[in-house]
Amino acid sequence: MAFETKVPSGPLTEKWGKHKFDMKLVSPGNKRNFTVLVVGTGLAGASAAASLSELGYHVKSFCIQDSPRRAHSIAAQGGINAAKNYHNDGDSMWRLFYDTLKGGDYRSREANVYRLAQVSANIIDQCAAQGVPFSREYGGHLANRSFGGAQVSRTFYCRGQTGQQLLLGAYGSLMRQVNAGDISIFPRREMLDLVTVDDKARGIVVRNLITGQIESYAGDAVLLATGGYGNAYYLSTNAMNSNATAIWRCYKRGALFANPCFAQIHPTCIPISGNHQSKLTLMSEGLRNDGRIWVPENKDDKRLPNDIPEGERDYYLEKKYPSFGNLVPRDVASRNSKAVCDAGRGVGETGLAVYLDFAGTIEHIGVETVREKYGNLFDMYERITGENAYESPMRIYPAVHYTMGGLWVDYNLMSTIPGLHVLGEANFSDHGANRLGASALMQGLADGYFIIPSTIGDYIAGTELPEITTEHPAFKDAEAEIHGKVEKLLSIKGERTVKEFHQEIGRILWDYVGMSREEVGLERAIREIRELREEFWENVKVGGDQDMLNKNLEFAGRVADYMELGELMALDALNRRESCGAHFREESQTPEGEALRNDEDYSYVSTWGHMGEGKAPSYSQEFLSFENVDLTQRSYK
Amino acid sequence: MKDMTLNLLVWRQKNANSSGEMVSYTVNGVSSDMSFLEMLDKLNEDLIRREENPIEFDNDCREGICGMCSLVINGVAHGPKQATATCELHMREFEDGDTITVEPWRSNAFPVIQDLVVDRSAFDRIITSAGYVSLYVGEAPDANAVLVSKNSAERAMDAATCIGCGACVAACPNASASLFVGAKVAHLALLPQGQIEGKKRVVEMVKQMDEEGFGDCSNHGECEAVCPKAISISHIALMRKEYLKAILIPEDS
Repeated sequence: MAFETKVPSGPLTEKWGKHKFDMKLVSPGNKRNFTVLVVGTGLAGASAAASLSELGYHVKSFCIQDSPRRAHSIAAQGGINAAKNYHNDGDSMWRLFYDTLKGGDYRSREANVYRLAQVSANIIDQCAAQGVPFSREYGGHLANRSFGGAQVSRTFYCRGQTGQQLLLGAYGSLMRQVNAGDISIFPRREMLDLVTVDDKARGIVVRNLITGQIESYAGDAVLLATGGYGNAYYLSTNAMNSNATAIWRCYKRGALFANPCFAQIHPTCIPISGNHQSKLTLMSEGLRNDGRIWVPENKDDKRLPNDIPEGERDYYLEKKYPSFGNLVPRDVASRNSKAVCDAGRGVGETGLAVYLDFAGTIEHIGVETVREKYGNLFDMYERITGENAYESPMRIYPAVHYTMGGLWVDYNLMSTIPGLHVLGEANFSDHGANRLGASALMQGLADGYFIIPSTIGDYIAGTELPEITTEHPAFKDAEAEIHGKVEKLLSIKGERTVKEFHQEIGRILWDYVGMSREEVGLERAIREIRELREEFWENVKVGGDQDMLNKNLEFAGRVADYMELGELMALDALNRRESCGAHFREESQTPEGEALRNDEDYSYVSTWGHMGEGKAPSYSQEFLSFENVDLTQRSYK
Repeated sequence: MKDMTLNLLVWRQKNANSSGEMVSYTVNGVSSDMSFLEMLDKLNEDLIRREENPIEFDNDCREGICGMCSLVINGVAHGPKQATATCELHMREFEDGDTITVEPWRSNAFPVIQDLVVDRSAFDRIITSAGYVSLYVGEAPDANAVLVSKNSAERAMDAATCIGCGACVAACPNASASLFVGAKVAHLALLPQGQIEGKKRVVEMVKQMDEEGFGDCSNHGECEAVCPKAISISHIALMRKEYLKAILIPEDS
């Protein structure tokens, strides 16, 4: 499939400004004649819906939860990056751009990343003006902390609840527009299909999760802000309802999927306690500012952590990466945790954990200051594990957290289906092969507040959009297809529950498409996923009925999609025979065991297209060119 | 780690129009490391295998921040552990052989939709009425142009930490939403960015709260006791002060 990135010409620093001027505008009076459907109310979706409505467009906003305020952005803890250089520590737009590009291991588009750095400062201004209670210094100025992959302090935060506060800010702006009568909200709706008319995105089909009814909505453009697909792994830090169905159904309607194998595994999560576990909980990367990561020097050391003397502890990140220490990027920290645990030096009952120790910091700055900075995280740790991290170190282990891959978008955030725009984690755009901490909030709000409001106008002004209603046959066909699928799921009445299948696909992906991947394993994953998928459609047992609130049925549809997406993730990982960022191929490593990129052969975004059920997907590449930075082997030593 | 067997009495209700009842279930093989919702997941798996309809309950983040989970457990909103949402409650708080009752939030303003799921859209409508700062995207000054004292920012954050779960309403004998509204009013009243619209905000939000059918506050303090974020009822006092100011000294004209 042919696609154009639409990246404007000219010097990097001037591209976005020039593009904003070159794009077509919709006049203020005309905007009210257009309806935009926004799916998802996280940072990207809520900020986009509010901004577009403020501009004058009619907006319909859909979310899966009972209120737009509950989207999973709410759980983001540590902070949001912005190149404000308030601390005079040498930060700049250029440095944020460079850190993000390098952190992503040079697998993202220069122009997109630079634009992200450019608008980062405006985001902080916008949020502060909304009344987001950012943490402050005694003089009343905004406070900053450091995050992984950066040597400056550019992360703004609200204790350990930054995502919550930014989302409530965006939700406030959204509800203000609801009050003005310019946004209609549709909570408890799950998007199950995209409707295209004349090859343009013109509507969506959703399931009303209360009544079970299938409903159609028509519009002039569709914005997907439905988050990532980390729940394909079953256990992740995502919320229970986070899922890939909206993006996957769009893929099946013709949108290209980019870099599906790029999944971030976050180093600091609370370890798994047993087979009953339904999700994993992150402990913010912010903790790595003050916590020191270690394991016992010796294998099978069963002493309590506080009984192990200093000389018998291995602070492996500090030792191996003296300049970044505990603040190496997430992929590096995760792989090193896995390595020490694989070597038999892991701690806790399962041996799949390392210590994150605050004793030194508590001694240095006092327990009260630690409580002020991280109190809510220490409390959360105590509630989940029953242990007091002020007294003995936390135990942490990597967990699936974020997916850098997603639907392919051009510079305007439009997918390969005209009119279908994709924002936030749902797209692939800015983080390359590894996202830096505190950059997801930045990207979600950049897309929603500052980028889509400009680019959507260019699409609408330049496109013929005849009026259509949900009576159009394209809607009826999509509805019939969904009805068929729902009935099929309920009629199989097999032997294994949806959860069992979900755990199984999760296990396959974690074992073979997780922190470390190799050819044999990936081929095996593809085989196993195919077999599992076949079994699913013959042997799944779905509870409840169609015309009611039925979470098990919702999950059945999502798990069915993971069984297809999982295969594509493995295929993409197999295809990329280099290591980069979070994608570590055993076959491609430096003598020290670091990820070894192969820029000559793999400096591209891989894109996959649906060619029909049972057929191999199409494959193409968007080659990345780097005009402003030198590609170097990433080093955090 | 303990292996427990529990007796559950769970509210089952087919839909908003039907009457519900408490139904008894036995759950075996409950680990003390499980969360309360993981215990319900296990029961639901058993029910699905027995071809019975699983129990519907709202939940999402399962880390105490989204506010989607609810449940009155043994008569207490969010269960026995203080400052803990249901999703973070773990079975180590219970003993083998315990009988546990599980009910939905009970309030006229939160009608039951099915089983343990209630409709909390009244909270959205209260926020819609005025629970925000009015500004257009793009017109904000530099973030450090408006200074906020550390103390004000911290106090605002104490209020802003509300997750909108509705436990305060469920626990209140009057089914008042005063803690929810007070927390939002206080969050914005404590910051210079929120003060300009302060009077209008408190009047509109209180009016909407009344229209939704929530009761008045009579200082029982049950809300504070069950709040998963331990939000203090002093925020209700602050709301009243703001309300009195707005009524006695109306907007400059």
